[in-house]
Amino acid sequence: MSIDNIPHADHDIDSFTGVSTTGHAWDGIKELNNPLPRWWLWTFYITIVWAIGYCFAYPSIPLINGATTGFLGWHSRSAVVQSLDALQASRGALMQKLAATPLDQIEKQPELLNFARAAGAAAFANNCAPCHGAGAQGSPGYPNLNANRWLWGGHLDQIYQTILHGVRSGDPKGHQGSMPDFGKAGILTKPQIEQVANYVRSLSGLKTETGIDVAAGGKIFATTCAPCHGKDAKGNTTIGSANLTTKVWLYGSSLQTIENGVTNGHGGVMPYWGGRLDPTTIKALAVFVHTLGGGQ
Amino acid sequence: MTTPNAGGQPVLETGGDDVISGPLYAPGKRLFPQAAHGTFRNIKWAILVLALGVYYGLPFLRWNRGPGEPNQAVLVDIVHRRFYFFFIEIWPQELYYVAGLLILAALILFLMNAVAGRIWCGYLCPQTVWTDLFYAVERLVEGDARRQHQREAEGWTFNNILHTGYKHAVWLIIAWWTGGAWVLYFADAPTLVHQLATFQAPMVAWFTIAILTVLTYILAGFMREQVCIYMCPWPRIQAALTDEDALNVTYRYDRGEPRMSLKTGLAARSHGQAAGDCVDCNQCVAVCPTGVDIRHGSQLGCVQCGLCIDACDAVMQKIHRPRGLIAYDNENNIKRRMAGLPAVYRMIRPRTILYAVAIVLIGAVMLTRLLTRPSDGITVAHDRNPLYVIDADGSVRNAYTVQIVNEQGQPRELEFAVSGLKGAKVQVIGVVGDGPDFPIQVDADNTRDLRVLITGPLKEPPHASIPVTFSVTDPLQKSEMMATDNFKTP
Repeated sequence: MSIDNIPHADHDIDSFTGVSTTGHAWDGIKELNNPLPRWWLWTFYITIVWAIGYCFAYPSIPLINGATTGFLGWHSRSAVVQSLDALQASRGALMQKLAATPLDQIEKQPELLNFARAAGAAAFANNCAPCHGAGAQGSPGYPNLNANRWLWGGHLDQIYQTILHGVRSGDPKGHQGSMPDFGKAGILTKPQIEQVANYVRSLSGLKTETGIDVAAGGKIFATTCAPCHGKDAKGNTTIGSANLTTKVWLYGSSLQTIENGVTNGHGGVMPYWGGRLDPTTIKALAVFVHTLGGGQ
Repeated sequence: MTTPNAGGQPVLETGGDDVISGPLYAPGKRLFPQAAHGTFRNIKWAILVLALGVYYGLPFLRWNRGPGEPNQAVLVDIVHRRFYFFFIEIWPQELYYVAGLLILAALILFLMNAVAGRIWCGYLCPQTVWTDLFYAVERLVEGDARRQHQREAEGWTFNNILHTGYKHAVWLIIAWWTGGAWVLYFADAPTLVHQLATFQAPMVAWFTIAILTVLTYILAGFMREQVCIYMCPWPRIQAALTDEDALNVTYRYDRGEPRMSLKTGLAARSHGQAAGDCVDCNQCVAVCPTGVDIRHGSQLGCVQCGLCIDACDAVMQKIHRPRGLIAYDNENNIKRRMAGLPAVYRMIRPRTILYAVAIVLIGAVMLTRLLTRPSDGITVAHDRNPLYVIDADGSVRNAYTVQIVNEQGQPRELEFAVSGLKGAKVQVIGVVGDGPDFPIQVDADNTRDLRVLITGPLKEPPHASIPVTFSVTDPLQKSEMMATDNFKTP
């Protein structure tokens, strides 16, 4: 039923307000035919004018390739670049100071140290936390960066180099060398691996299995493992061999884990960040990691 | 309007055509309040001048706090997170003072209400003050209420367009100035004024001014009494706070009724019949800024500005009747007078005593706290992840962020120390030395964050939470601040 067919639609005047009704009634409640408020109407007209202006000013109408550009020349990409520039400008002075200050001088300046730690923490959360954990606490295979045992060295410049070039990362300057797979390659037999694993556990005071010749394990260690891990098993940071005498274990300290490592070897990868992060950010990251507590 | 009751006494009938008892939906009616003259109008002028003077002028008042500190007496420094109020400087962690001030303000409102009704609404509320100012401008430009009515009847003549435009221009200037004064509380006022004058002010200042200009213009120019009647919660709240002893602007119907014209009244009196003092001249309604009839009694629409008192007093004086037909009074006294008893004014009663005591107590607590608050502080946050770290030799290390606060205007040389865990090794990142005391410099009016590492002596029990104390001492001023946290073991 169209509105024209409603009987007496124009003549039904509401007695209380004096306004005509639309003729619609629900349970005796009639709908008044009040005009739209003028402020509302004008706001509506203004939005139409605004929308037309907007279409000309900003990219809006989709074309086959791309869209109209708009006379203001606004572009989402350039807007991002602008806000990034503004961000850099707002960091300005301290960022420049950080870039100009030699690595070993940063921690001596309280303001710069706090800035580097804050910048480092942000970069860490974005880039490093997926493997090393939000608190840099690590997990099996991913080093805990809070502890003071370092595969590749815990001095500030060593940490910086490790972040810059990575570990087995494909960067020619990156750290190389890995734990060979003595079992898989047939160099050591299963009983030998059991013996040497028990010996390794004994180095840091962990329990050894009964009925295992630990001394024989020591002999195997001296010939097979010591070339990398050292006679005292304290490792070597230039080739990334682990110090096996500590309470910190990258992959875990259980007998099975150690046997597994000797059998299959280890060779985790840390990406290189040079070229992906700017040198100042890497500096900030190095300071952040170094000041977590384990830095040397 | 009134009907004699059994005893022949006048009785007030509320209701009728006033704003509240009308239909639920009613189109807004523009009011043309007449100018009033008299005591309460003068009080209102004085408050208006004082309040606006303080509001517009305060940002320019200077207060010397020494080098490196802002010299504006009242300043909300959002960027540096400081609030300056003359000799008081509030840091973000001390924001509870503001909460205290709000509690105090609420109690003072309650007290005002218990003593004399809606003093806030009638005299002090910004909505009232600015509306008053806008009405004054309107009368100045467009003429008195009668002339304004005429103009409305005339429609858009050239003269009317000119005057209306003139009025709106003045309103907008006042509104702009209102918004402009607001932003001056958030930045150095003279600098910002210069920036605004040379169009170099930050965008946020322009936006804030624009929003407040529009709000002032709409609220004081157009919405006016509708804010009080439809938007503001205070009239509803105040109904719960008033009592029979509170003084409110009251039409003394014991004296006014039965109302009749001056002539009829004289004739009635000469015949020995009852005649009230109210001559039904409607002046009280004509001056009312919210358009209510006070003769309907205490009502939601009445902001109790007292202007009807001035209007009625002027009429009473002209017809040689005593002033005060409308006055600050209450229903109790009307009933007492009708019963032939003297009026009683109970200013001091349990309610007002309670409010006053609460105000004094809270004020005293806040003032004491303010005067004795320390000018430095220390807070400790334990690293949440990881809670502890096991080092190569098996020792347990915990890490903390310690924040040291120096609220004084000069740099300080403080000593930081940790105690509570025997044999522990303490390191402060970036500070040379092994303790037990670490020298810490903190800049003037600033904080310094320290990363503190505590390594246990390898003797601590497992699953333990050992309390440790972090302290910072000023050897020169002999002050010490402490904070505690725990050393956690696996």
